Amino acid sequence: MKTGKMTPAVRRNLAGYLFIAPALIGLFLFYAFPMLFSLFISFTDWNLRNAPKVIGASNYTALAGDPVFLKSVRVTFYYTLLAVPAGNLYALLMAMLLNMRFRGRSVVRTIFYIPSIVPAVAAAGIWMYIFNPYNGFLNQIVPVFGMDPQMWIYSPTQVIPCLVVMAAWSAGGTAIIYLAALQGVPTILYESVALDGGNAFRKFIHITVPMISPIIFYNVIMGVINSMQIFTQGYIMTKGGPNNNSLFYVLLLYKRAFEQTTMGIACAMAWILFVILGILTAVNFAISGKWVYYGGE
Amino acid sequence: MKHTAKSLVSRVLMWICIILLCIISLFPFFWMVRSSLMTKTEIFGTPMRWLPETIQWQNYRDALTQVPFARYFLNSLFLVVVNIIGKLLSSSLVAFGFSRIEFRGKNIWFAIVIATMMIPWSVLLIPQFMLWNVVGFYNTYVPLTLPAFFLDGFYIFLLRQFFSTLPRDYDEAAILDGASYFTIYSRIIMPLCKPALMTVCVFTFMNTWNDFIGPMIYLKDPKMSTVSLGLQMFISQYTTEWHLMMAAATVAIVPMIIMFFFAQRYFIEGMTFAGIKG
Repeated sequence: MKTGKMTPAVRRNLAGYLFIAPALIGLFLFYAFPMLFSLFISFTDWNLRNAPKVIGASNYTALAGDPVFLKSVRVTFYYTLLAVPAGNLYALLMAMLLNMRFRGRSVVRTIFYIPSIVPAVAAAGIWMYIFNPYNGFLNQIVPVFGMDPQMWIYSPTQVIPCLVVMAAWSAGGTAIIYLAALQGVPTILYESVALDGGNAFRKFIHITVPMISPIIFYNVIMGVINSMQIFTQGYIMTKGGPNNNSLFYVLLLYKRAFEQTTMGIACAMAWILFVILGILTAVNFAISGKWVYYGGE
Repeated sequence: MKHTAKSLVSRVLMWICIILLCIISLFPFFWMVRSSLMTKTEIFGTPMRWLPETIQWQNYRDALTQVPFARYFLNSLFLVVVNIIGKLLSSSLVAFGFSRIEFRGKNIWFAIVIATMMIPWSVLLIPQFMLWNVVGFYNTYVPLTLPAFFLDGFYIFLLRQFFSTLPRDYDEAAILDGASYFTIYSRIIMPLCKPALMTVCVFTFMNTWNDFIGPMIYLKDPKMSTVSLGLQMFISQYTTEWHLMMAAATVAIVPMIIMFFFAQRYFIEGMTFAGIKG
């Protein structure tokens, strides 16, 4: 059949599907099929060598009674609960500074942004050294402030706060997003607060926060999704320790899949995480109506 | 008078904050480079030294010869180039289809493609690994390159938004002249979209260069390792050789920093876009 014989509508449909064909193939090969495959595997016992054996929901019930799994859930939630507010507040502080008028603003913007573009492995190596109890920078400097040397990432109680600091350090990308939002706030709104005698704090609470609330909402959602999947820091810096206090969810998932080759358990964990993240996102959307301000609605 | 004094105070406060935050951002890098140029004894010595007594360039030579970093560089570069080609081709073709052609089922497919962005990577990691393993591509570059030629929800969305800003008159004039959709895509749309395509390039460069989990699970042969994976192996082997470790980290970071300085604009535009769509 020659192209010339086709009606324009047929030709358009054919062309449209040809152009989006890569996405449709990718959708099936790299998303839909793997997801369904892993759902099936989560109901089996499989070590990659023998054929998968269907065992019903045993993997899920085993996880529910597995103290290591429950610990990894607690550790990951604890980290997320600290890292998301810390990262967002620090990013917002950077963005508000960048939104002021001063010389060398683009240089400062670059400096704030750089920590977020370096390889996570390299950042992990550097911070591992800074937190090192024997010759790391922190323990060399804290005596100056009258503090005793600490164990930092090797302390069960300090390890998560240390990794939160590291996460805030690399929040430059989030800061750039906040900066774009701040630049979109009409200055006339600030002027009206100033006329009423309001100070900088009032401007922030009554103008800035409501005006950029959709972006805060977006960054919080992305922050939760990313923090819940923290992996590299735990894998390289702490190996999940001490005493499993940084055994993050995805790190445990990785161990179950690639160290113990219990693929059924790993797939069950992946699906549980998928559902948890889905619920967290849905909850975020549900409560967003109470505090997110959308102009024009 | 009172007003100027107050604004002077706020200027000083602002500069204190800026300088403090700049120090926080840059200090780890300073510490990395400083330590990479010290001897092992200097690093462990007390009291702490801020700078090396004599600069130890040979740390770099030592670090780079302990493991074949030159080889890792070429491997990483290869993966970066193939991934950029793949993402550019697939995302621009798909975005063209979604923005310039009216076909049946367009909106529903677009919604599904965008929804893939919400699927957490860790959920796909295991099943994708199992499937590549089953079809025999474990320990090859196929799992790290082939997917780039198919679907990336973020880039498709970014390019579609950009394509939609171009006037439709171009297409209509070209169709009247008997041009095919592919001609419109390759001759009209693509040349007009260089900034958006550059954004795809720089983010793909960064993601591929920095990726460590993908190479870690798919590559077994040390000769095939990438820079990030090689650095991770280095860190886990030379646990107390901080001077060498910091030299290796510097080497892994420098290409990203250089690339960033050349393409800063596209990074900022891409990040800004990511927030605005939210």
